[in-house]
Amino acid sequence: MTEEIIIAGFGGQGVLSMGKILAYSGIMQDQEVSWMPSYGPEMRGGTANVTVILSDDRISSPYLKVFDTAIILNQQSMDKFEESVKPGGILIYDPNGISHHPTRTDIKIFKIEGTKLASEMGNKKIFNMVILGGFLKVKPIVKLENVIEGLKKSLSERYHHLIPLNKDAITMGMNRVTPYKIEAKAY
Amino acid sequence: MSELKLMKGNEALAEAAIRAGVDAYFGYPITPQSEVIEYLMTERPEKRTGMIVLQAESEIAAINMVYGAASTGKRAMTSSSSPGISLKLEGISYLAGAELPAVIVNVVRGGPGLGTIQPSQADYFQSVKGGGHGDYKLYVLAPASVQEMADFVEDAFDIAFKYRAPVLILSDGLIGQMMEKVMLKDQKERMTNEAIIKKYGDWATTGKTDRERNIITSLYLQPEKMEAKVRKLMKKYEQMENEDLRFEKINCEDADYLIVAYGSSARIAQKTVELAREKGIKVGLLRPITLFPFPKQQLLDLSNQVKGILSVELNAGQMVEDVKLAVEHKVPVEHFGRTGGIIHTPEEILEALEEKIIKNEHARHHKI
Repeated sequence: MTEEIIIAGFGGQGVLSMGKILAYSGIMQDQEVSWMPSYGPEMRGGTANVTVILSDDRISSPYLKVFDTAIILNQQSMDKFEESVKPGGILIYDPNGISHHPTRTDIKIFKIEGTKLASEMGNKKIFNMVILGGFLKVKPIVKLENVIEGLKKSLSERYHHLIPLNKDAITMGMNRVTPYKIEAKAY
Repeated sequence: MSELKLMKGNEALAEAAIRAGVDAYFGYPITPQSEVIEYLMTERPEKRTGMIVLQAESEIAAINMVYGAASTGKRAMTSSSSPGISLKLEGISYLAGAELPAVIVNVVRGGPGLGTIQPSQADYFQSVKGGGHGDYKLYVLAPASVQEMADFVEDAFDIAFKYRAPVLILSDGLIGQMMEKVMLKDQKERMTNEAIIKKYGDWATTGKTDRERNIITSLYLQPEKMEAKVRKLMKKYEQMENEDLRFEKINCEDADYLIVAYGSSARIAQKTVELAREKGIKVGLLRPITLFPFPKQQLLDLSNQVKGILSVELNAGQMVEDVKLAVEHKVPVEHFGRTGGIIHTPEEILEALEEKIIKNEHARHHKI
């Protein structure tokens, strides 16, 4: 099994840490992993993306053009990465702030209201875990228990009391991700 | 105790330096290499092993601190990224001239000038063709994974002390910034003066007691002495070529075409090999692990088997010159690479191979 993922959004949304938790989860189940960030002049409010690969075999290129799954969290990333999903692949996105919804018909598209759900749960910082939950529902490539172990590894111990909250956020995401249907254009 | 971790290449290199029992690190921050000194500062290695970590006032100060520490027989290193390495070149030439063992790490970014902070391999010439002044070479290791970023620290020091010569680890922004699984080795004790003398000989300025004084210098005003020194250096480099060449061959056994790539490009090109073979094109990859010594004979041997060679580098065409020299015009050799911090994709490399090598090869046959 090899899963090639791009996670793209704004800096500050937790894109890079979500990728890191996913990579750690892969390690917890003895997989090879790579995590390749964009490290340009990105900052809070700018764009940020990370390529994460989990595989049972040795990983060749950590840098890719096309992906099995794209997790898209803002309009700029939608513009850039919708085309990068392999035919038959998966696109998951948060509709918050999206004006041009995806249009491809040769991939499976899922929607998750991460921004809204995180704010309903009273903590905007768990946004990325809601999104991660949505992804794991659609593509259960890592077990939830391994994600929790991954969280323990990637969070410093003084934040370990937040792990139950993160787990709730992941569960919330799992329950609330929905397939997105492209509506026929009205002329 | 060895330990499995998820780390950035830069962090893995820093942790490996502590575990390898390195005595001193002198550096100055620059993107995309700053995690090395950040990690070392956070880890407080002076508490773990007694290793000294110092942020110098400039790159030039840092390399000269390395010169000083290395003169005493200690394991000293520095790291930087391209513009910073340019500043260090004078010091590196002095290290080579004075025959001092030291490790220099370059996490390359795009240039020339201040350039960009994005990954690049445009420092190939600087690394293997001298860089600084005078007749010298560096032993150059090119890591292609986070694991190699860690492993090569100790390998580099072993070579540096074996030959009493500076060694360069030539990485880049991609390998430095990415995270992968890394198996960290057990903590090693820092070597005592006695242990160093026993293993590597009594050449360092450890404080004169009952022996002849040891002089560390790169100044030889007498031409005959200077020439003797140059000859000695050349002998070392010849020995490196005979004893310490490193490379990796991937899918070369049945290859019709060959890609030559090192470091990050080798990783990307490995995916190209997979894509090509899915299409029925038999492509192999030769990855030089050492850029000096360079796998000349291996290339010459492969040139009897393959129909064309593509040198893939994140630059405008540098290593391709050495590939051409090695294969002595036996087969066509072309270069492909993106610059400016843009990273070529596996698909792009395959297109380049088809366009520059395979298509021309067919055209040649047609003419005949």
